Amino acid sequence: MGIYEEIASNKRRSFFLIVLFFGMVILLGIVLGFYYGSELFGIIFALLIGLIYFLFSWYGGAGTILAMTKAKEATKPKYAHLINTVEGISIAAGLPKPPKVYVIEDSALNAFATGRNPENSSVTVTTGLLEKMNRLELEGVIAHEISHIKNYDIRVMMLASVMVGLTVLLSDFLLRSFLWGNRDRENNGFTLLLIFVGFALAILAPFVGEVIKLSLSRKREYLADASGALLTRYPKGLADALRKIQNDPDPLVDHANKATAHLFISTPFRKTKSSLMKNIFSTHPPIEDRIKRLEAM
Amino acid sequence: MVNLWIIGIIVAVVLLIIYIYNSLIKLRMRVNNAWSQIDVQLKRRFDLIPNLINTVKGYMKHEKKVLEEVTKARASLVSGSMQQKVKASNQITDALKSIFAVAESYPQLKANENFKMLQEELSGTESKIAYARQFYNDSVMQFNEALQVFPKSIFAKIFGFKEREFFATKEKKERENVKVEF
Repeated sequence: MGIYEEIASNKRRSFFLIVLFFGMVILLGIVLGFYYGSELFGIIFALLIGLIYFLFSWYGGAGTILAMTKAKEATKPKYAHLINTVEGISIAAGLPKPPKVYVIEDSALNAFATGRNPENSSVTVTTGLLEKMNRLELEGVIAHEISHIKNYDIRVMMLASVMVGLTVLLSDFLLRSFLWGNRDRENNGFTLLLIFVGFALAILAPFVGEVIKLSLSRKREYLADASGALLTRYPKGLADALRKIQNDPDPLVDHANKATAHLFISTPFRKTKSSLMKNIFSTHPPIEDRIKRLEAM
Repeated sequence: MVNLWIIGIIVAVVLLIIYIYNSLIKLRMRVNNAWSQIDVQLKRRFDLIPNLINTVKGYMKHEKKVLEEVTKARASLVSGSMQQKVKASNQITDALKSIFAVAESYPQLKANENFKMLQEELSGTESKIAYARQFYNDSVMQFNEALQVFPKSIFAKIFGFKEREFFATKEKKERENVKVEF
């Protein structure tokens, strides 16, 4: 699959996620409205809240992620080399303008890209990565991140985060309103069914959301590796960088949490022994596999 | 009924031609943008060179020839056809390389903050030129390919689209051979 097909498919996925988002909001509005006596009111209320939530995440999501990871904007002359590298590779990728560059003060080796489109995007690396990578390895890592930007992975990932955030928020809200809501209404079968569905949704939604998010993230890591290698014309750079990351005893990024883990170039948590369960819930494909593919290029 | 069919076919053909024309225009615009991106970086390097000469002059009293070469190469870049620019650009790259090679034997110069900054900026710009050239050549390849593939090739001829030239460097595998260790 070529890069332009991938961009088109990512835009489709983004659209699908937005439709799914508002579909879920409407559904929840109906359930809530039914419970409180007016479906129309429920839908309007839920759509209003949903729209506000969506706009906040669309325009403020990247900023929130950067704040959550304690990333600071990189400036010259201290980070001149990093900024020049990012600008150079974004030229190679033909981005309309170079992404902003941020740095996390952390000895771990990691990096991520975020934003809603290539015009409004950013690349973040840890200071540990800057210290331990040579020029070619840094170029490899940056090219991987720029590929995420160019392929619109950043948009899909951000929307996926919005979806998961919403399901967690709403299921919490649903459970509360069932527990503390109006109990004087007549309890016919339909109401009971709705309550049951609401409960099931509330319990399952965050879980399903997580699995969707993870399965999206793993495939695109391979593609970003490949298109990154196409930018630097030097797959070994990224392969060496990944090997360094793998052999680093300190994979932990202090301010990473479950909401931001999928963004990083390698999973920011402690490594555990490989197993099937670990594979299903891991945010990244195994590094050995990615190195093997890069070396075969 | 037959008329309707004919109108339908004509509309479809017209739409197809519009689509092909637009896609060729888009590709050509990308080539032009890519070329102006090279220009931006060449200009940036052009502007940085006088600063470098001024910083280096005081330290390198016995290396006049190297400095003159850079100045001369820079002057030839001002404006001109693509081939001239390519040639001048390659000359500047070589001349700068020799300046930085000579600088290795001047420890005081190497410790100069201003020189360090200029060295980083110039090598950064140098790789930006290389990346811009790579993107330009990628865009040219896509554009030229589109001009040769049927049925676009027919309309490309009718509308007068012409193939573009690649930005050639002397050494093809230049980027792969450079290995900088810290």
